[in-house]
Amino acid sequence: MSTLIKFTIDGVECMAEAGTYIVEAARENGIYIPTLCNIRGVKPRGSCRICSVKVNGRPMTSCTTPVADGMEIENNTPEINDIRKAIIEALFVEGNHFCPACEKSGCCELQALAYRFKMMVPRFPYNFPRKEVDASSPKLIKDHNRCILCKRCIRAIKTEDGKNVFAFVKRGRNVRIIMDPVLGEQMSDELAQKAVEICPVGALLPREKGYQTPIGKRKYDLEPIGSDIEKK
Amino acid sequence: MGKKITIEPVTRVEGHGKVTIHLDNQGNVTRTRLHIVEFRGFERFVQGRPYWEAPVLVQRLCGICPVSHHLAAAKALDVIVGAGTGDGLTPTGEKMRRLMHYGQMFQSHALHFFHLASPDLLFGIDSDPLMRNIIGVALKHKDLAVQGVMMRKYGQEIIKATAGKKIHGTGAIPGGINKNLTIEERDAFLHGADPLNIDKMIEWSQAAVDFFKDYHQQNQSMIDNFAAFPSSHLSLVRKDGALDLYHGVLRAVDAEGKKILDDVDYQEYTKYINEEVRSWSYMKFPYLYHLGKENGWYRVGPLARLNTADFIPTPLAQREFELFKAYTNGKPNNMSMHMHWARLIEILHAAEMMKELLNDPDLQGDDLVTKGTKQNEGVGVIEAPRGTLFHHYRINDKDQIEMANLIVSTTNNNEPMNRAVNKVAVDYMTGQKEITEGMMNAVEVAIRAYDPCLSCATHALGQMPLEITLYDANNNLIDRKRT
Repeated sequence: MSTLIKFTIDGVECMAEAGTYIVEAARENGIYIPTLCNIRGVKPRGSCRICSVKVNGRPMTSCTTPVADGMEIENNTPEINDIRKAIIEALFVEGNHFCPACEKSGCCELQALAYRFKMMVPRFPYNFPRKEVDASSPKLIKDHNRCILCKRCIRAIKTEDGKNVFAFVKRGRNVRIIMDPVLGEQMSDELAQKAVEICPVGALLPREKGYQTPIGKRKYDLEPIGSDIEKK
Repeated sequence: MGKKITIEPVTRVEGHGKVTIHLDNQGNVTRTRLHIVEFRGFERFVQGRPYWEAPVLVQRLCGICPVSHHLAAAKALDVIVGAGTGDGLTPTGEKMRRLMHYGQMFQSHALHFFHLASPDLLFGIDSDPLMRNIIGVALKHKDLAVQGVMMRKYGQEIIKATAGKKIHGTGAIPGGINKNLTIEERDAFLHGADPLNIDKMIEWSQAAVDFFKDYHQQNQSMIDNFAAFPSSHLSLVRKDGALDLYHGVLRAVDAEGKKILDDVDYQEYTKYINEEVRSWSYMKFPYLYHLGKENGWYRVGPLARLNTADFIPTPLAQREFELFKAYTNGKPNNMSMHMHWARLIEILHAAEMMKELLNDPDLQGDDLVTKGTKQNEGVGVIEAPRGTLFHHYRINDKDQIEMANLIVSTTNNNEPMNRAVNKVAVDYMTGQKEITEGMMNAVEVAIRAYDPCLSCATHALGQMPLEITLYDANNNLIDRKRT
């Protein structure tokens, strides 16, 4: 039997089942906490830190921290929002994100967060890393320039018998995603499409498709990311 | 002692350029050059990108007529995805693209005539530069300035409805288009409140043509002789010889009207057109192979199009075309300032074409994209506002662009603009000891007639300043003036 507990987010009283992660509990109460690496229904990793909140004064990732009775959570504060904005800016400078020509523009979560947090110019210098487009897979094109290393594809795209199709190779600034050459080639069109959709940016591209949704009808064209949660 | 004059930057054009003029000890013009001093590199950095990104990526060459690049690239990719050329698309696909293109032609020509060129005509080439600009036009000729702004707006709204955005949209995709036109959008363009409806746009376009004809009557000598020189002319024409700005075959005529290229499939343009590189400019010099570097150069743009076409397939523009042709007894018109006349006839044609298309129910169709047998190479050619625009792509077996070649409209006009600069420099500066602002502007007026887009032509960044510097025969700087 579920137990409802009480907590506050930015002083607003909320209720959720005990054990619910903060990000989900907030959603159930109509409060948006931004996420990037998190995928609903897949075990959270807390790697991108964009969902950071303060719990009773301490910084925590809301996608990996369950709510507890009496918690006082700070979410939409200038300090926390600036940290989130800094993370977004860091992601932009670490890759080569040229939104004007990107297939994912208008549907990209990183771009949508940059708009939501009013990023104008990153506070960090651009790295302009030398990265490649890997078009060797018959199913997908991997554009490493746009990859933010969120691991969503690694965690969510698995074969019917549970094997990972994607993985990380190398370390530090050289880390990148790779596809298992055999499993990647055998991947069904549906799974390839799921990989494209699960990617928050334009790093995984379907072959011979792009810009099919007209401007004005794309996911984030009319309302900022998170508006659907806040409307509830 | 000889002199070298430099005009840098050239103003009221799109992009960066400078002019140098060399004078000998007697003050005779010995050499003139229009240098394009910006470099872009699009042909190189599209390499390795997935081919379907080209229409969206390469259009960033330009903020004035990105639609032209968007569509030329899309046409090249139509070939690659097996949709063929021109008529291979679905009716909705082709007509939506045509509407986008005519909207683009309309707004770009309006920008050039009303904002960039009209100050020279309204106030005079050597008038006070403080007044000789769009603000001056707005103060002294408010109605004309408002028309210019509203005509641009109408064209831009057409682009938004077809491409998704006024600048740098995504409408054209390989093999077709990603949206149709809703009934609401159509009705707003056809019957919107004054002045933003198609009938008012046609009326204003006709008035602009009439304005120029009146101006011509009053200033015949200047309009006919300023920067006039014989040349060949090249453009696309429809198979039957009609003016067609979206699709057709290549045709070129010489200064006397003899066809020197006709009925050429542009997929084979490399057999007919080559590009020469000269060390002093980032802009190449295209020429017709069979006539060689010396004689193979040609003009493109509104003047060239009216010289190559046999007729215009819309009634009001056809009537003006007949008057235009009659002025030169049916022979090609080689007068640079008549480029403005031709441009305004094209505005009228574009407005008529938009009305015809808006009334076509195919625009509300749902069959948007065609695909067929894939090819690894394709060429797309379109008549951009400034002239014939070539996009050529080759892809590898992984769908990545391996080679891109762009011959941009302004590039085709490189030699003609240099000739025009020379003509005006000789006419205005020979024997002169001092460069006046009016002389400098005369050189710019000649360049401006071509409505060059120097940024596109070098495939640039930054501002657009014209500077003229004067050097003696030993290359010592005598005088430098910036506009």
